[in-house]
Amino acid sequence: MLRYILKRLGLAAITLFLLSVIVFGLSQLLPGNVARAVLGQFATQEAMDSFNHQVGADRPAIVQYLDYMRGFVQGDLGLSLASEAPVWSILEPAIINSLKLAALAFVIVVPLSILGGIAAGLRADTGSDRSITIFGLSMSAMPEFVTGIILILVFTIWLGWLPVTAQWDEGAGPGTQIKHLLLPSVCLALVLFGYIARITRAGVIEAVDADYTRTAYLKGLPTHTVIRRHVLRNALLPTLAVVATQTSYLVGGLLIVEQLFNYQGIGLQIYLSAQQKDFTVLTSGLLLLGVLVLIVTLVADIVYGLLNPRIRFGSAE
Amino acid sequence: MSSTVGPDAGPPPAAAAVPSEARTARNERLRLLLRTPTVLVGGVVLLFWVTFAILGDRITPYDPIFDQGQDVLVGPSWAHWFGTDNLGRDVFSRVLAGSRDILLVAPAATLLGTVLGTAFGLVIGYFRGVVDDVISRVIDAVLVLPVILTGLVVITALGRRSPVIVTILIGLVFAPLVARTVRAAVLAEGELDYVQAARLRGEKAPYVMFKEILPNVMPPIIVEFTVRLGYAIFAVAGLTFIGLGIQPPSPDWAVQVFEYYASIDPFWWATLFPALAIASLVIAVNLVADGVREVYER
Amino acid sequence: MSATADSAAPALEFEYLDVVFRVRGKDRQVLRGVNLAVGRGESYGLVGESGCGKSTAALAAVRYLARNGRVRSGAIRVAGKDVLALSASELRRLRANDVAMVYQNPGAALNPSLKIGAQVAGSFVARGVARREAGDRALEALRRVQIADPSSVLGRYPHQLSGGMQQRVIIAMALAKDPSLLILDEPTTGLDATVEAEVLDLVSQLQAELHTSVLFISHNLGVIAKMCDRVGVLYAGRLVEEGPVATVLNDPRHPYTVGLLRCIPRGGAHKDHGRLDTIPGFLPQLGAEMPGCVYADRCPLADERCVAEEPPLAEVTPGHATRCWYHELAPDLPRVMAENIALPQVSREGVPVVRFDNLGKVFKQRGHEVHALEDISSAIWPGETLGLVGESGSGKTTLARALLGIVEPTTGTIELDGTPLAPSFTKRSQDDLAALQIIFQNPDSALNRRHSVRRILLRSLEKLAGVKGAEAERRALELAERVRLSERTLTQKPVQLSGGLKQRVAIARAFVGNPSLVVCDEPTSALDVSVQAAILNLLVELQAERRVAFLFISHDLGVVRYISDRIAVLYLGRLMELGAAEVVFSGPHHPYTEALLSAVPSIDGSERERIRLEGEIPSAADPPTGCVFNTRCPRKLGAVCEQEEPPFVEVEPGHWMRCHIPIEELRRLQAAGAPPAREAVAVVPVP
Repeated sequence: MLRYILKRLGLAAITLFLLSVIVFGLSQLLPGNVARAVLGQFATQEAMDSFNHQVGADRPAIVQYLDYMRGFVQGDLGLSLASEAPVWSILEPAIINSLKLAALAFVIVVPLSILGGIAAGLRADTGSDRSITIFGLSMSAMPEFVTGIILILVFTIWLGWLPVTAQWDEGAGPGTQIKHLLLPSVCLALVLFGYIARITRAGVIEAVDADYTRTAYLKGLPTHTVIRRHVLRNALLPTLAVVATQTSYLVGGLLIVEQLFNYQGIGLQIYLSAQQKDFTVLTSGLLLLGVLVLIVTLVADIVYGLLNPRIRFGSAE
Repeated sequence: MSSTVGPDAGPPPAAAAVPSEARTARNERLRLLLRTPTVLVGGVVLLFWVTFAILGDRITPYDPIFDQGQDVLVGPSWAHWFGTDNLGRDVFSRVLAGSRDILLVAPAATLLGTVLGTAFGLVIGYFRGVVDDVISRVIDAVLVLPVILTGLVVITALGRRSPVIVTILIGLVFAPLVARTVRAAVLAEGELDYVQAARLRGEKAPYVMFKEILPNVMPPIIVEFTVRLGYAIFAVAGLTFIGLGIQPPSPDWAVQVFEYYASIDPFWWATLFPALAIASLVIAVNLVADGVREVYER
Repeated sequence: MSATADSAAPALEFEYLDVVFRVRGKDRQVLRGVNLAVGRGESYGLVGESGCGKSTAALAAVRYLARNGRVRSGAIRVAGKDVLALSASELRRLRANDVAMVYQNPGAALNPSLKIGAQVAGSFVARGVARREAGDRALEALRRVQIADPSSVLGRYPHQLSGGMQQRVIIAMALAKDPSLLILDEPTTGLDATVEAEVLDLVSQLQAELHTSVLFISHNLGVIAKMCDRVGVLYAGRLVEEGPVATVLNDPRHPYTVGLLRCIPRGGAHKDHGRLDTIPGFLPQLGAEMPGCVYADRCPLADERCVAEEPPLAEVTPGHATRCWYHELAPDLPRVMAENIALPQVSREGVPVVRFDNLGKVFKQRGHEVHALEDISSAIWPGETLGLVGESGSGKTTLARALLGIVEPTTGTIELDGTPLAPSFTKRSQDDLAALQIIFQNPDSALNRRHSVRRILLRSLEKLAGVKGAEAERRALELAERVRLSERTLTQKPVQLSGGLKQRVAIARAFVGNPSLVVCDEPTSALDVSVQAAILNLLVELQAERRVAFLFISHDLGVVRYISDRIAVLYLGRLMELGAAEVVFSGPHHPYTEALLSAVPSIDGSERERIRLEGEIPSAADPPTGCVFNTRCPRKLGAVCEQEEPPFVEVEPGHWMRCHIPIEELRRLQAAGAPPAREAVAVVPVP
């Protein structure tokens, strides 16, 4: 088990390193125009050169990269090129906001999709199964802004139950916050529902058809015991294994949803920084997101290892 | 006495023994597909949009781009079933014509991604070892960030917005995903004895990969293609929605939403109908993709 | 036993049982009017090849049919209770208390996420035992199946146990119910010979103690002969013959049974004595339509009456019934393989086809060194078959792979026709590759599903024989005829062919380049008995014609004995014995060979005295010091066996052995009988 954890940690570290290189490389595509974007269209070449020198954008890429990574690890993310404010002060509230949104979305989607998947799997090939499956399927590639528009029209404009934007006043309590966040998180949740439900369904079907389930029935155990102890235990493992991919979709969804609902989250922030060619904010923002995704993946992998006896205890032979 | 026995008979020259159908597997699958109600529904809708993508402005009641009128932002009426937009254009016509761009970009991107991904997946799945380890790590890293983010950064960096760029971008980002699926299939296939048999008669790697293994991993590739298509639409629409994909004045649906979502109250028709059109296309593609998967995984 | 059961009624009764499966809208009949009864305390064997419906019969007894299966007509009774009429809770009680089942794949039958203790206790809980007490009963149950250190096993997960141990756990769970009926469905298929013998002994023992009735399902007639009182032969879902085991096996009265028995190499059958008889035609598909006698299209005795009218099950002698119009003629069934072919003598002068010297292979696995092969030296001559025998971990697969160059040996050399061979096949010439070919165990994975047979053969011809175009077409056709494939088969894809046909294609492919040596890796293990005979005959014929040598690997000792000229016995990567087939089989032989041979159940019922080996096969990562067999050897001499590994020496001309006991001593000891058991044979779980 220890070896498994270490291996996962190692892989995560390597992925993180590669990610940082890719992110840095991507944002290096921008700075050629940084000076122009910041100083304006009529800036002279001299002014641009001096600006670039000032922010260190004229150094070789590798030096910039190392410098940046050193700072990142220490928590110093540099200054925003657009506003000169510390990058962290811009990103921190944004990340917290997005985390709230993501958390709500997860809380909504995980229990529903797992229950949906179990229901579909246990009633495989019946009407309820087909409905759940088709629903999940249709939603899984439905752009969030499409569901968003429809939800907004129904719940906000026509029914007036929920507020339009996702901004609340200072000091609003959790209840109000949730009310504001409900629509955007439902949008996110819908996209994730399909895939999780499908994997769970597949896991349930496989477990139901397995030899060990037959053994359990032939021992004379009642159906509910068989489902609970034998089927579900094994069926839910694959679901856990795919949590990582879901996090990535969630992040992408954040960008769209925050745009649509005008929510000051990290998705919106990254969008803005890309528009403004503010590459310090952009690089840090992307990397922070990447780190978050990797952490979630790592935790999910470790939990999976703990729950799967084959990994936890290894094989004897 | 049975006529099958002769002096030195042994088992008689074999007639086809086991599965009695003489039909090829492909025909069988097609028949099954066409029998699935969900696939039929999805297929019809898809066909509908493809027709309009091809015929486009030739058969819409108004010209989607140039017929600008006096009735600006008027709600649905008998003259304009879906209302008009801020230039007086008929939203209904725009919605009908709006499938073209996305139906060009999304399949092209998916095809690009599938071809590249298959090539990569074959190579790393066959050779394994260090090549696999390294490239898999890179793929993992690329896949951490969602396609929309990567698209955002790259397109903003390039400064130019065109459907071609979007196509290539999405294709490149999809390639690793496809590669992963193909790799898994190739790994499983490579365990089978016929691969060993091929190598033992001196076949070189390219032959084994493309002539022996590839035909057997086509099913997951086809399934992956249809699934990716849905996500390609998703990605193109998403990028367009934030202004980086297909550009106005195209009547593309996501462009329409991009233009009007801020004014959803009270001009809801300019965004709702295009959004519903996207929804219908996505559902249709997903239904067909699901049917294809069912048929191949049986 | 259940108090409410009728103690006079048979433990299991099928009355004109018809079971159908709904496939693509049509009903396919899997069991046709099956009538059988398993009496109290009796052991009944149900035998048949694939598709005969025996597993369906087993599951029907507990009313556990697949979703698309149902009983169309007939009755099923367990201890007098009508199974089909039971309510859901009554059915559960039946399953919990009266009927127990043991399955083919014990690993898959255990829940991978639950500890053994929880699963065994579950059997008791299902009977209404309180959870706390169930834990103690579980411990007791494991002890009863002779698992030493049961408390440690209770705390483990299934994947941490060996196959034999897993099966013991399943048996423990089965017997926990003290059932009136125990159903065993191929319980030892896939287990090593010695482990199989242990499990079967355990079942016999427990059956004797508990007086349980047993329904034993198997395709292996030897196992049935050993374990059962009566036997029923199932063909295409119909019971075609039934009677006491000895009677049916020695005096069969149905053409199918006769044919089946003739297919199996029995007693000391050897290819020199004659070819195996085969059954023409093919096994019927599951649920095929069959008016008249189900066996008519393959039966040499069949006539219009047989095709039109189904014969009833009629008694030949009391207790022995058969379903054939012409059963008196059955014992003299005309042989299919009338002629025998002349087998040329194997000459061991001159250059051997393959010579290997001091072959060794060490694998690195998670920091351990696994000695898969150690000091393997021998040679194979043109036209001879060297049989390779051994259990799991013996290294036989590794040896085959090393010869083919798939695995590079760590030490040692290989020579082909006198010239050294590159260790890896990627460095060998095309001629070398053509000279050394392989036939795999699993015909499904050995052929590319997407290529037609013609394409497979043509491509091989191009690469290994260097022929293309019209010449290649001609040769492909010739080869196909040689392995008795019709021209039509050439156009088909593997998925359209049966197992036997696919294997023929694989054989044709191997022979494309006129190989000098063909490695046969369990070539018939995945095939039905009747198909196996035809394939073995084909291999023998090809050998006679082309003087090709075979390295024949199999776990089926009867088959190995039939086809091999010489036999090599491997244990934990070392050669333990090598000699002429007859000598290795009749003795004097290595103590391991002795134990191995005693473990194999024979059809004739001529039991060798069982030599039980203590413990499990040691791990190759940590082999015992000295002679690797010393930890389990029933004829262990003493300290010398623990300290010094005996060398592999020629103890008689042509007979090599690795043992400290001199051959004359072995001869004397083995003539005197089996060695006394070392200790109480408890099975220790490998940590």
